[in-house]
Amino acid sequence: MGIVSPGFSGRRRSKANLPPGQYLVHDFPVLSAGPTPRAGLDGWEFRITTESGRVHAWDWAAFRALPAEDITVDLHCVTKWSKLGTSWRGVSLDTLMDGVETSAGFALARAVGDYTANLPLADLLDGKAWIAFRYDGADLPAEHGGPARLLVPHLYLWKSAKWVRGVELLDHDEPGFWESLGYHNYGDPWREQRYWGD
Amino acid sequence: MARAAVLGRLSWLVARLADIRDETATARTLILEVPGWPGHLPGQHIDVRLTAEDGYSTQRSYSIASAPAGSRLELTIQLLDDGEVSPYLAQVLSRGDPLELRGPVGGYFVWHPADPAPVLLIGGGSGVVPLMAMVRTRIASGSQAPMRLIYSTRSRDTLLYAAELERIAAGGSGLSVDVVYTRSAPPGTGGRTGRLDGDRLAALAGPQDAGVACFVCGPTGFVESIADLLTSRGMDPRQVRTERFGPSGGN
Amino acid sequence: MTDMWTDGNSLGGPLREVFCADLTAATGRCAGCGRTGQLAEGRAFDHAAGVVLRCPGCGQPLLRMVRGPGRTWLDLRGLEYIEIASPG
Repeated sequence: MGIVSPGFSGRRRSKANLPPGQYLVHDFPVLSAGPTPRAGLDGWEFRITTESGRVHAWDWAAFRALPAEDITVDLHCVTKWSKLGTSWRGVSLDTLMDGVETSAGFALARAVGDYTANLPLADLLDGKAWIAFRYDGADLPAEHGGPARLLVPHLYLWKSAKWVRGVELLDHDEPGFWESLGYHNYGDPWREQRYWGD
Repeated sequence: MARAAVLGRLSWLVARLADIRDETATARTLILEVPGWPGHLPGQHIDVRLTAEDGYSTQRSYSIASAPAGSRLELTIQLLDDGEVSPYLAQVLSRGDPLELRGPVGGYFVWHPADPAPVLLIGGGSGVVPLMAMVRTRIASGSQAPMRLIYSTRSRDTLLYAAELERIAAGGSGLSVDVVYTRSAPPGTGGRTGRLDGDRLAALAGPQDAGVACFVCGPTGFVESIADLLTSRGMDPRQVRTERFGPSGGN
Repeated sequence: MTDMWTDGNSLGGPLREVFCADLTAATGRCAGCGRTGQLAEGRAFDHAAGVVLRCPGCGQPLLRMVRGPGRTWLDLRGLEYIEIASPG
Protein backbone atom coordinates (compact mmCIF):
# COMPACT_ATOMS: atom_id res chain seq x y z
CA MET A 1 0.00 0.00 0.00
CA GLY A 2 1.26 3.51 -0.75
CA ILE A 3 1.73 6.25 1.81
CA VAL A 4 -1.51 7.83 2.97
CA SER A 5 -2.25 11.13 1.22
CA PRO A 6 -3.29 13.57 3.97
CA GLY A 7 -6.87 14.71 3.52
CA PHE A 8 -7.66 12.43 0.57
CA SER A 9 -10.80 10.37 0.66
CA GLY A 10 -11.68 9.89 -2.99
CA ARG A 11 -15.22 9.79 -4.24
CA ARG A 12 -17.86 9.27 -1.58
CA ARG A 13 -17.73 5.66 -0.51
CA SER A 14 -19.45 3.60 2.15
CA LYS A 15 -19.44 -0.04 3.10
CA ALA A 16 -23.23 -0.70 2.95
CA ASN A 17 -24.00 -4.36 2.33
CA LEU A 18 -21.37 -4.97 -0.28
CA PRO A 19 -19.29 -7.91 -1.38
CA PRO A 20 -15.75 -7.91 0.04
CA GLY A 21 -13.43 -5.22 -1.33
CA GLN A 22 -16.17 -3.22 -3.04
CA TYR A 23 -17.14 0.42 -2.57
CA LEU A 24 -20.44 2.09 -3.32
CA VAL A 25 -20.91 4.52 -6.21
CA HIS A 26 -23.88 6.63 -7.21
CA ASP A 27 -22.86 7.36 -10.78
CA PHE A 28 -22.59 4.62 -13.40
CA PRO A 29 -18.96 4.29 -14.55
CA VAL A 30 -18.42 3.45 -18.20
CA LEU A 31 -15.80 0.78 -18.85
CA SER A 32 -14.96 -0.63 -22.25
CA ALA A 33 -12.21 -2.73 -23.80
CA GLY A 34 -12.83 -1.26 -27.21
CA PRO A 35 -14.65 1.39 -29.20
CA THR A 36 -18.40 1.80 -28.65
CA PRO A 37 -20.29 0.18 -31.51
CA ARG A 38 -22.69 2.57 -33.20
CA ALA A 39 -24.55 0.19 -35.50
CA GLY A 40 -28.29 0.72 -35.54
CA LEU A 41 -31.08 -1.77 -35.09
CA ASP A 42 -31.37 -2.77 -38.76
CA GLY A 43 -28.71 -5.44 -38.75
CA TRP A 44 -29.11 -6.36 -35.08
CA GLU A 45 -29.43 -10.03 -34.32
CA PHE A 46 -29.25 -12.22 -31.24
CA ARG A 47 -28.36 -15.85 -31.80
CA ILE A 48 -28.22 -18.88 -29.59
CA THR A 49 -26.05 -21.55 -31.19
CA THR A 50 -26.19 -25.02 -29.69
CA GLU A 51 -23.30 -27.47 -29.34
CA SER A 52 -24.60 -29.31 -32.39
CA GLY A 53 -24.55 -26.16 -34.49
CA ARG A 54 -28.28 -25.46 -34.47
CA VAL A 55 -28.98 -21.73 -34.56
CA HIS A 56 -31.93 -19.89 -32.98
CA ALA A 57 -31.97 -16.24 -34.07
CA TRP A 58 -34.04 -13.13 -33.40
CA ASP A 59 -33.93 -9.83 -35.22
CA TRP A 60 -34.84 -6.71 -33.24
CA ALA A 61 -38.57 -6.97 -33.97
CA ALA A 62 -38.73 -10.64 -33.00
CA PHE A 63 -36.67 -9.98 -29.89
CA ARG A 64 -38.89 -7.12 -28.77
CA ALA A 65 -41.98 -9.20 -29.35
CA LEU A 66 -40.86 -11.60 -26.62
CA PRO A 67 -42.20 -11.18 -23.08
CA ALA A 68 -39.89 -8.90 -21.07
CA GLU A 69 -39.46 -8.20 -17.36
CA ASP A 70 -38.65 -5.21 -15.20
CA ILE A 71 -35.97 -6.04 -12.67
CA THR A 72 -33.98 -4.22 -10.01
CA VAL A 73 -30.52 -5.57 -9.33
CA ASP A 74 -27.17 -4.69 -7.77
CA LEU A 75 -24.08 -4.42 -9.97
CA HIS A 76 -20.58 -5.35 -8.82
CA CYS A 77 -17.63 -4.50 -11.04
CA VAL A 78 -14.28 -6.23 -10.57
CA THR A 79 -12.67 -2.77 -10.57
CA LYS A 80 -14.27 -2.49 -7.11
CA TRP A 81 -17.28 -0.24 -7.61
CA SER A 82 -20.77 -1.43 -6.80
CA LYS A 83 -24.01 0.27 -7.77
CA LEU A 84 -27.11 -0.86 -5.93
CA GLY A 85 -30.74 -0.93 -6.94
CA THR A 86 -30.35 -0.47 -10.70
CA SER A 87 -33.49 -0.80 -12.82
CA TRP A 88 -33.53 -2.65 -16.10
CA ARG A 89 -35.98 -4.12 -18.56
CA GLY A 90 -34.98 -7.24 -20.46
CA VAL A 91 -35.86 -10.64 -21.83
CA SER A 92 -34.96 -13.49 -19.51
CA LEU A 93 -32.55 -16.10 -20.86
CA ASP A 94 -35.14 -18.62 -19.67
CA THR A 95 -37.52 -17.17 -22.28
CA LEU A 96 -34.87 -17.25 -25.02
CA MET A 97 -33.73 -20.76 -24.10
CA ASP A 98 -37.27 -22.10 -24.08
CA GLY A 99 -37.41 -24.51 -26.98
CA VAL A 100 -33.65 -24.76 -27.39
CA GLU A 101 -32.52 -28.37 -27.22
CA THR A 102 -29.17 -28.75 -25.60
CA SER A 103 -27.12 -30.87 -23.24
CA ALA A 104 -24.29 -28.37 -23.12
CA GLY A 105 -22.88 -27.34 -19.76
CA PHE A 106 -21.11 -24.15 -20.82
CA ALA A 107 -21.89 -20.88 -22.52
CA LEU A 108 -19.87 -18.20 -24.24
CA ALA A 109 -21.44 -14.79 -24.72
CA ARG A 110 -20.25 -12.95 -27.82
CA ALA A 111 -20.48 -9.23 -28.42
CA VAL A 112 -19.85 -6.93 -31.37
CA GLY A 113 -16.09 -6.73 -31.88
CA ASP A 114 -13.85 -9.18 -30.08
CA TYR A 115 -15.35 -9.29 -26.59
CA THR A 116 -16.49 -12.57 -25.11
CA ALA A 117 -17.34 -13.84 -21.61
CA ASN A 118 -17.80 -17.44 -20.51
CA LEU A 119 -19.96 -18.94 -17.77
CA PRO A 120 -21.69 -22.21 -16.93
CA LEU A 121 -25.02 -22.50 -18.76
CA ALA A 122 -26.69 -23.01 -15.38
CA ASP A 123 -25.71 -19.45 -14.46
CA LEU A 124 -27.77 -18.08 -17.34
CA LEU A 125 -30.95 -19.92 -16.32
CA ASP A 126 -33.56 -19.95 -13.54
CA GLY A 127 -34.07 -16.24 -13.37
CA LYS A 128 -30.41 -15.31 -13.16
CA ALA A 129 -29.80 -13.59 -16.51
CA TRP A 130 -31.38 -11.27 -19.06
CA ILE A 131 -30.77 -9.63 -22.38
CA ALA A 132 -31.46 -6.10 -21.21
CA PHE A 133 -32.54 -3.27 -23.52
CA ARG A 134 -33.73 -0.56 -21.12
CA TYR A 135 -31.95 0.99 -18.15
CA ASP A 136 -33.37 3.41 -15.62
CA GLY A 137 -36.54 4.06 -17.59
CA ALA A 138 -34.97 4.75 -20.98
CA ASP A 139 -33.51 2.87 -23.93
CA LEU A 140 -30.14 1.43 -22.98
CA PRO A 141 -27.51 3.98 -24.08
CA ALA A 142 -24.71 2.81 -26.37
CA GLU A 143 -22.05 3.56 -23.76
CA HIS A 144 -23.71 1.11 -21.35
CA GLY A 145 -24.14 -1.60 -23.96
CA GLY A 146 -27.15 -0.52 -25.99
CA PRO A 147 -29.15 -1.53 -27.90
CA ALA A 148 -28.91 -4.69 -25.77
CA ARG A 149 -26.48 -6.27 -23.34
CA LEU A 150 -26.25 -9.42 -21.30
CA LEU A 151 -27.02 -8.88 -17.62
CA VAL A 152 -25.87 -11.53 -15.11
CA PRO A 153 -25.86 -9.61 -11.81
CA HIS A 154 -24.80 -12.45 -9.52
CA LEU A 155 -21.35 -12.44 -11.16
CA TYR A 156 -18.86 -9.60 -11.60
CA LEU A 157 -20.06 -7.17 -14.24
CA TRP A 158 -17.44 -8.08 -16.85
CA LYS A 159 -19.50 -11.21 -17.50
CA SER A 160 -22.47 -9.01 -18.50
CA ALA A 161 -21.25 -8.49 -22.04
CA LYS A 162 -22.25 -5.15 -23.54
CA TRP A 163 -23.41 -5.05 -27.16
CA VAL A 164 -24.18 -8.76 -26.95
CA ARG A 165 -24.99 -10.53 -30.20
CA GLY A 166 -25.29 -14.14 -29.12
CA VAL A 167 -24.58 -17.01 -26.81
CA GLU A 168 -22.79 -20.18 -27.88
CA LEU A 169 -23.64 -23.34 -25.99
CA LEU A 170 -20.58 -25.56 -25.63
CA ASP A 171 -19.59 -28.95 -24.30
CA HIS A 172 -16.34 -27.53 -22.99
CA ASP A 173 -15.48 -24.35 -21.14
CA GLU A 174 -13.99 -21.65 -23.36
CA PRO A 175 -12.40 -18.80 -21.38
CA GLY A 176 -13.48 -15.40 -22.66
CA PHE A 177 -11.68 -12.12 -23.28
CA TRP A 178 -10.67 -11.38 -19.70
CA GLU A 179 -10.88 -14.92 -18.32
CA SER A 180 -8.04 -15.88 -20.63
CA LEU A 181 -5.77 -13.18 -19.20
CA GLY A 182 -5.90 -13.47 -15.42
CA TYR A 183 -9.50 -12.80 -14.49
CA HIS A 184 -11.27 -15.55 -12.57
CA ASN A 185 -13.07 -18.12 -14.68
CA TYR A 186 -16.30 -17.93 -12.61
CA GLY A 187 -16.26 -14.50 -10.90
CA ASP A 188 -18.47 -14.66 -7.79
CA PRO A 189 -18.22 -11.24 -6.08
CA TRP A 190 -19.31 -12.66 -2.71
CA ARG A 191 -16.34 -15.02 -2.68
CA GLU A 192 -14.17 -12.25 -4.14
CA GLN A 193 -13.19 -14.31 -7.18
CA ARG A 194 -11.41 -11.60 -9.14
CA TYR A 195 -8.26 -13.31 -10.49
CA TRP A 196 -6.90 -16.78 -11.27
CA GLY A 197 -6.20 -18.61 -8.09
CA ASP A 198 -8.62 -16.60 -5.95
CA MET B 1 13.52 5.15 -35.41
CA ALA B 2 12.92 3.18 -32.24
CA ARG B 3 14.30 5.27 -29.43
CA ALA B 4 12.95 3.36 -26.45
CA ALA B 5 15.84 3.33 -24.00
CA VAL B 6 16.50 0.44 -21.66
CA LEU B 7 16.12 1.92 -18.20
CA GLY B 8 15.99 0.91 -14.59
CA ARG B 9 12.91 -0.32 -12.81
CA LEU B 10 10.43 2.43 -12.07
CA SER B 11 9.49 2.88 -8.44
CA TRP B 12 7.29 5.21 -6.43
CA LEU B 13 9.01 8.25 -4.94
CA VAL B 14 7.69 10.49 -2.17
CA ALA B 15 7.71 14.13 -3.20
CA ARG B 16 6.89 17.08 -0.92
CA LEU B 17 4.87 20.10 -1.94
CA ALA B 18 7.26 23.03 -1.64
CA ASP B 19 5.12 25.81 -3.07
CA ILE B 20 1.96 26.61 -5.01
CA ARG B 21 1.42 29.13 -7.77
CA ASP B 22 -2.04 30.17 -8.98
CA GLU B 23 -2.27 30.20 -12.75
CA THR B 24 -5.98 30.97 -13.22
CA ALA B 25 -9.08 30.83 -11.04
CA THR B 26 -9.25 27.08 -11.67
CA ALA B 27 -5.64 26.05 -12.26
CA ARG B 28 -2.65 25.90 -9.97
CA THR B 29 0.94 24.89 -10.40
CA LEU B 30 2.39 22.62 -7.74
CA ILE B 31 6.12 23.00 -7.11
CA LEU B 32 7.44 19.72 -5.79
CA GLU B 33 10.73 18.66 -4.27
CA VAL B 34 11.47 15.07 -5.26
CA PRO B 35 14.41 13.44 -3.49
CA GLY B 36 16.00 10.96 -5.86
CA TRP B 37 14.54 12.53 -8.98
CA PRO B 38 16.56 11.19 -11.94
CA GLY B 39 15.87 14.11 -14.24
CA HIS B 40 13.54 14.24 -17.22
CA LEU B 41 13.02 15.35 -20.78
CA PRO B 42 10.31 17.90 -21.63
CA GLY B 43 7.15 16.16 -22.78
CA GLN B 44 7.42 13.34 -20.28
CA HIS B 45 4.83 12.77 -17.60
CA ILE B 46 4.60 11.37 -14.11
CA ASP B 47 2.00 9.13 -12.50
CA VAL B 48 0.60 10.36 -9.18
CA ARG B 49 -0.84 7.93 -6.63
CA LEU B 50 -3.24 8.97 -3.86
CA THR B 51 -4.15 6.62 -1.02
CA ALA B 52 -6.94 7.13 1.50
CA GLU B 53 -6.71 5.88 5.08
CA ASP B 54 -8.84 2.83 4.33
CA GLY B 55 -6.42 1.75 1.62
CA TYR B 56 -8.46 2.97 -1.34
CA SER B 57 -6.09 4.33 -3.93
CA THR B 58 -6.21 5.85 -7.37
CA GLN B 59 -3.66 7.06 -9.92
CA ARG B 60 -3.52 9.76 -12.57
CA SER B 61 -0.93 10.92 -15.07
CA TYR B 62 0.24 14.54 -15.26
CA SER B 63 2.61 16.10 -17.75
CA ILE B 64 5.68 17.71 -16.24
CA ALA B 65 5.40 21.49 -16.75
CA SER B 66 8.97 22.48 -15.86
CA ALA B 67 12.37 22.28 -17.50
CA PRO B 68 14.81 19.92 -15.78
CA ALA B 69 15.97 21.53 -12.52
CA GLY B 70 17.64 19.07 -10.21
CA SER B 71 15.13 17.55 -7.82
CA ARG B 72 12.42 20.14 -8.49
CA LEU B 73 9.32 19.40 -10.56
CA GLU B 74 6.32 21.49 -11.47
CA LEU B 75 2.88 20.18 -12.33
CA THR B 76 -0.01 22.36 -13.50
CA ILE B 77 -3.34 21.03 -12.25
CA GLN B 78 -6.58 22.04 -13.93
CA LEU B 79 -9.42 21.78 -11.42
CA LEU B 80 -12.32 19.72 -12.75
CA ASP B 81 -15.70 20.02 -10.98
CA ASP B 82 -16.39 16.31 -11.05
CA GLY B 83 -12.79 15.24 -10.76
CA GLU B 84 -11.63 12.90 -8.04
CA VAL B 85 -7.94 13.77 -7.99
CA SER B 86 -7.74 17.35 -9.28
CA PRO B 87 -9.76 18.85 -6.39
CA TYR B 88 -7.38 17.17 -3.95
CA LEU B 89 -4.25 18.35 -5.73
CA ALA B 90 -5.50 21.86 -6.46
CA GLN B 91 -7.31 22.58 -3.19
CA VAL B 92 -6.37 20.20 -0.39
CA LEU B 93 -2.70 19.27 -0.77
CA SER B 94 -0.74 21.76 1.34
CA ARG B 95 2.85 22.90 1.60
CA GLY B 96 4.89 20.20 3.28
CA ASP B 97 2.46 17.38 2.43
CA PRO B 98 3.81 14.23 0.77
CA LEU B 99 2.76 13.15 -2.72
CA GLU B 100 3.65 9.80 -4.24
CA LEU B 101 4.73 9.85 -7.85
CA ARG B 102 6.75 7.82 -10.31
CA GLY B 103 8.55 8.81 -13.46
CA PRO B 104 9.60 10.24 -15.69
CA VAL B 105 7.52 8.28 -18.15
CA GLY B 106 7.44 8.51 -21.90
CA GLY B 107 9.97 8.28 -24.69
CA TYR B 108 7.74 9.15 -27.59
CA PHE B 109 6.28 12.58 -26.88
CA VAL B 110 9.60 14.18 -25.91
CA TRP B 111 11.83 16.94 -27.24
CA HIS B 112 15.59 16.62 -26.91
CA PRO B 113 17.25 20.00 -26.31
CA ALA B 114 20.27 18.96 -28.37
CA ASP B 115 18.06 18.51 -31.45
CA PRO B 116 18.62 21.52 -33.75
CA ALA B 117 15.54 20.92 -35.92
CA PRO B 118 12.81 23.57 -35.89
CA VAL B 119 9.88 22.78 -33.60
CA LEU B 120 6.18 23.54 -33.94
CA LEU B 121 4.12 23.15 -30.75
CA ILE B 122 0.32 23.25 -30.85
CA GLY B 123 -1.60 22.97 -27.60
CA GLY B 124 -5.28 23.10 -26.70
CA GLY B 125 -6.36 23.94 -23.15
CA SER B 126 -4.29 22.03 -20.59
CA GLY B 127 -2.49 20.41 -23.55
CA VAL B 128 -0.12 23.36 -23.34
CA VAL B 129 1.47 21.96 -20.18
CA PRO B 130 4.00 19.52 -21.72
CA LEU B 131 4.64 22.02 -24.51
CA MET B 132 5.48 24.66 -21.90
CA ALA B 133 8.07 22.24 -20.52
CA MET B 134 9.60 22.18 -23.99
CA VAL B 135 9.58 25.99 -24.24
CA ARG B 136 11.13 26.35 -20.80
CA THR B 137 13.76 23.74 -21.59
CA ARG B 138 14.70 25.50 -24.82
CA ILE B 139 15.28 28.69 -22.87
CA ALA B 140 17.16 27.04 -20.02
CA SER B 141 19.39 24.96 -22.30
CA GLY B 142 20.40 27.80 -24.61
CA SER B 143 19.16 25.85 -27.62
CA GLN B 144 18.82 27.94 -30.78
CA ALA B 145 16.37 25.57 -32.48
CA PRO B 146 13.57 27.73 -33.93
CA MET B 147 10.48 27.04 -31.81
CA ARG B 148 6.92 28.23 -32.27
CA LEU B 149 4.08 27.69 -29.79
CA ILE B 150 0.47 28.01 -30.88
CA TYR B 151 -1.80 27.82 -27.83
CA SER B 152 -5.56 27.62 -28.14
CA THR B 153 -7.62 28.53 -25.07
CA ARG B 154 -11.12 29.83 -24.36
CA SER B 155 -10.34 33.26 -22.96
CA ARG B 156 -7.85 35.30 -20.95
CA ASP B 157 -9.39 33.76 -17.82
CA THR B 158 -8.33 30.28 -18.86
CA LEU B 159 -4.90 31.25 -20.20
CA LEU B 160 -2.13 29.43 -18.34
CA TYR B 161 1.32 30.98 -17.85
CA ALA B 162 0.00 34.35 -19.01
CA ALA B 163 2.76 36.63 -17.72
CA GLU B 164 5.53 34.25 -18.74
CA LEU B 165 4.16 33.85 -22.26
CA GLU B 166 3.91 37.60 -22.67
CA ARG B 167 7.57 37.97 -21.72
CA ILE B 168 8.57 35.19 -24.09
CA ALA B 169 6.50 36.59 -26.95
CA ALA B 170 8.26 39.92 -26.57
CA GLY B 171 11.68 38.30 -26.37
CA GLY B 172 12.24 37.02 -29.89
CA SER B 173 15.44 34.99 -30.41
CA GLY B 174 13.85 32.25 -32.44
CA LEU B 175 11.06 31.50 -29.96
CA SER B 176 7.58 32.73 -30.84
CA VAL B 177 4.21 32.41 -29.15
CA ASP B 178 0.71 32.86 -30.57
CA VAL B 179 -2.41 32.55 -28.44
CA VAL B 180 -5.70 31.75 -30.15
CA TYR B 181 -8.78 32.64 -28.10
CA THR B 182 -11.77 30.51 -28.98
CA ARG B 183 -14.51 32.21 -26.93
CA SER B 184 -13.51 35.75 -26.01
CA ALA B 185 -10.39 37.69 -26.83
CA PRO B 186 -8.93 40.28 -24.48
CA PRO B 187 -8.67 43.91 -25.59
CA GLY B 188 -5.60 44.66 -27.67
CA THR B 189 -5.54 41.34 -29.49
CA GLY B 190 -7.78 42.41 -32.35
CA GLY B 191 -10.84 40.75 -30.81
CA ARG B 192 -10.60 37.74 -33.10
CA THR B 193 -12.07 34.54 -31.69
CA GLY B 194 -12.90 31.15 -33.03
CA ARG B 195 -11.41 27.72 -33.21
CA LEU B 196 -8.03 27.07 -34.70
CA ASP B 197 -9.01 26.17 -38.24
CA GLY B 198 -6.93 25.37 -41.30
CA ASP B 199 -6.51 28.94 -42.52
CA ARG B 200 -5.65 30.32 -39.09
CA LEU B 201 -3.21 27.47 -38.51
CA ALA B 202 -1.53 28.01 -41.86
CA ALA B 203 -1.24 31.74 -41.20
CA LEU B 204 0.29 31.20 -37.75
CA ALA B 205 2.47 28.22 -38.44
CA GLY B 206 3.80 29.43 -41.74
CA PRO B 207 5.38 27.16 -44.31
CA GLN B 208 6.63 23.93 -42.80
CA ASP B 209 9.67 22.24 -44.20
CA ALA B 210 10.35 18.54 -44.08
CA GLY B 211 12.60 18.82 -41.05
CA VAL B 212 10.20 20.40 -38.56
CA ALA B 213 9.26 18.39 -35.48
CA CYS B 214 5.65 18.95 -34.54
CA PHE B 215 4.04 18.22 -31.16
CA VAL B 216 0.26 18.48 -30.68
CA CYS B 217 -1.37 18.06 -27.28
CA GLY B 218 -4.80 18.56 -25.76
CA PRO B 219 -8.27 16.99 -25.67
CA THR B 220 -8.76 14.18 -28.14
CA GLY B 221 -11.06 16.12 -30.47
CA PHE B 222 -8.64 19.06 -30.67
CA VAL B 223 -5.62 16.87 -31.34
CA GLU B 224 -7.35 14.87 -34.06
CA SER B 225 -8.57 17.95 -35.91
CA ILE B 226 -5.17 19.65 -35.76
CA ALA B 227 -3.34 16.49 -36.82
CA ASP B 228 -5.74 16.14 -39.76
CA LEU B 229 -5.21 19.77 -40.77
CA LEU B 230 -1.44 19.39 -40.68
CA THR B 231 -1.33 16.19 -42.70
CA SER B 232 -3.92 17.39 -45.19
CA ARG B 233 -1.65 20.34 -45.88
CA GLY B 234 1.25 18.09 -46.70
CA MET B 235 3.01 17.38 -43.42
CA ASP B 236 4.30 13.83 -43.15
CA PRO B 237 2.30 12.13 -40.35
CA ARG B 238 5.55 10.79 -38.94
CA GLN B 239 6.67 14.36 -38.21
CA VAL B 240 3.64 14.91 -35.97
CA ARG B 241 3.70 13.54 -32.44
CA THR B 242 0.48 13.68 -30.51
CA GLU B 243 -0.65 13.34 -26.94
CA ARG B 244 -4.38 13.11 -26.33
CA PHE B 245 -5.70 13.75 -22.86
CA GLY B 246 -8.98 11.93 -23.47
CA PRO B 247 -12.46 13.25 -24.17
CA SER B 248 -12.55 15.92 -21.49
CA GLY B 249 -8.87 16.65 -21.55
CA GLY B 250 -8.19 16.11 -17.86
CA ASN B 251 -8.79 14.41 -14.52
CA MET C 1 -19.73 10.90 -27.46
CA THR C 2 -16.04 10.17 -27.67
CA ASP C 3 -14.75 6.69 -27.01
CA MET C 4 -12.83 6.10 -23.82
CA TRP C 5 -9.30 5.74 -25.10
CA THR C 6 -6.09 7.73 -24.69
CA ASP C 7 -2.78 7.55 -26.50
CA GLY C 8 -0.56 4.55 -25.85
CA ASN C 9 1.71 7.16 -24.15
CA SER C 10 -0.39 6.59 -21.05
CA LEU C 11 0.83 2.98 -20.75
CA GLY C 12 4.40 4.14 -20.12
CA GLY C 13 4.14 3.82 -16.34
CA PRO C 14 2.26 0.50 -16.18
CA LEU C 15 4.58 -1.13 -18.71
CA ARG C 16 7.60 0.15 -16.80
CA GLU C 17 6.34 -1.85 -13.81
CA VAL C 18 7.00 -4.97 -15.87
CA PHE C 19 9.74 -4.14 -18.31
CA CYS C 20 12.90 -2.19 -17.64
CA ALA C 21 12.30 -0.32 -20.87
CA ASP C 22 9.97 2.38 -22.08
CA LEU C 23 7.90 0.41 -24.55
CA THR C 24 5.79 3.36 -25.61
CA ALA C 25 8.59 4.51 -27.91
CA ALA C 26 9.28 0.97 -29.17
CA THR C 27 8.24 0.09 -32.69
CA GLY C 28 5.94 -2.86 -33.27
CA ARG C 29 4.15 -4.58 -36.13
CA CYS C 30 0.47 -5.36 -35.85
CA ALA C 31 -0.20 -9.06 -36.27
CA GLY C 32 -3.61 -8.18 -37.67
CA CYS C 33 -2.92 -5.74 -40.49
CA GLY C 34 0.87 -5.47 -40.64
CA ARG C 35 0.98 -1.78 -39.76
CA THR C 36 4.21 -0.74 -38.06
CA GLY C 37 4.39 2.16 -35.66
CA GLN C 38 5.34 3.19 -32.17
CA LEU C 39 3.24 1.76 -29.36
CA ALA C 40 2.52 5.29 -28.14
CA GLU C 41 0.47 5.76 -31.32
CA GLY C 42 -1.86 2.94 -30.34
CA ARG C 43 -5.23 3.50 -28.71
CA ALA C 44 -5.17 2.49 -25.06
CA PHE C 45 -8.59 1.46 -23.78
CA ASP C 46 -7.73 1.62 -20.11
CA HIS C 47 -11.15 2.34 -18.65
CA ALA C 48 -11.81 -1.38 -18.47
CA ALA C 49 -11.12 -4.44 -16.36
CA GLY C 50 -7.66 -4.41 -17.92
CA VAL C 51 -5.90 -2.44 -20.63
CA VAL C 52 -6.26 -3.10 -24.34
CA LEU C 53 -3.87 -1.28 -26.67
CA ARG C 54 -5.44 -1.34 -30.13
CA CYS C 55 -3.88 -0.80 -33.52
CA PRO C 56 -4.82 2.68 -34.78
CA GLY C 57 -5.17 1.15 -38.25
CA CYS C 58 -7.29 -1.99 -37.91
CA GLY C 59 -8.46 -1.80 -34.27
CA GLN C 60 -7.15 -5.22 -33.26
CA PRO C 61 -5.52 -5.60 -29.85
CA LEU C 62 -1.73 -5.12 -30.04
CA LEU C 63 -1.37 -6.01 -26.41
CA ARG C 64 -3.64 -6.70 -23.45
CA MET C 65 -2.69 -6.30 -19.83
CA VAL C 66 -4.30 -7.25 -16.52
CA ARG C 67 -2.73 -6.14 -13.24
CA GLY C 68 -3.64 -8.29 -10.28
CA PRO C 69 -2.27 -8.02 -6.75
CA GLY C 70 1.40 -8.90 -6.96
CA ARG C 71 1.38 -9.98 -10.62
CA THR C 72 0.62 -8.78 -14.11
CA TRP C 73 -0.63 -10.77 -17.10
CA LEU C 74 0.35 -9.70 -20.59
CA ASP C 75 -0.87 -10.92 -23.94
CA LEU C 76 1.46 -9.72 -26.67
CA ARG C 77 0.12 -11.93 -29.47
CA GLY C 78 -1.19 -8.90 -31.31
CA LEU C 79 2.38 -7.78 -31.98
CA GLU C 80 4.49 -9.72 -34.44
CA TYR C 81 7.57 -8.15 -32.91
CA ILE C 82 8.71 -5.19 -30.83
CA GLU C 83 11.91 -3.29 -31.62
CA ILE C 84 13.55 -1.54 -28.68
CA ALA C 85 16.69 0.58 -28.96
CA SER C 86 19.65 -0.43 -26.83
CA PRO C 87 21.28 2.27 -24.73
CA GLY C 88 24.52 3.92 -25.74
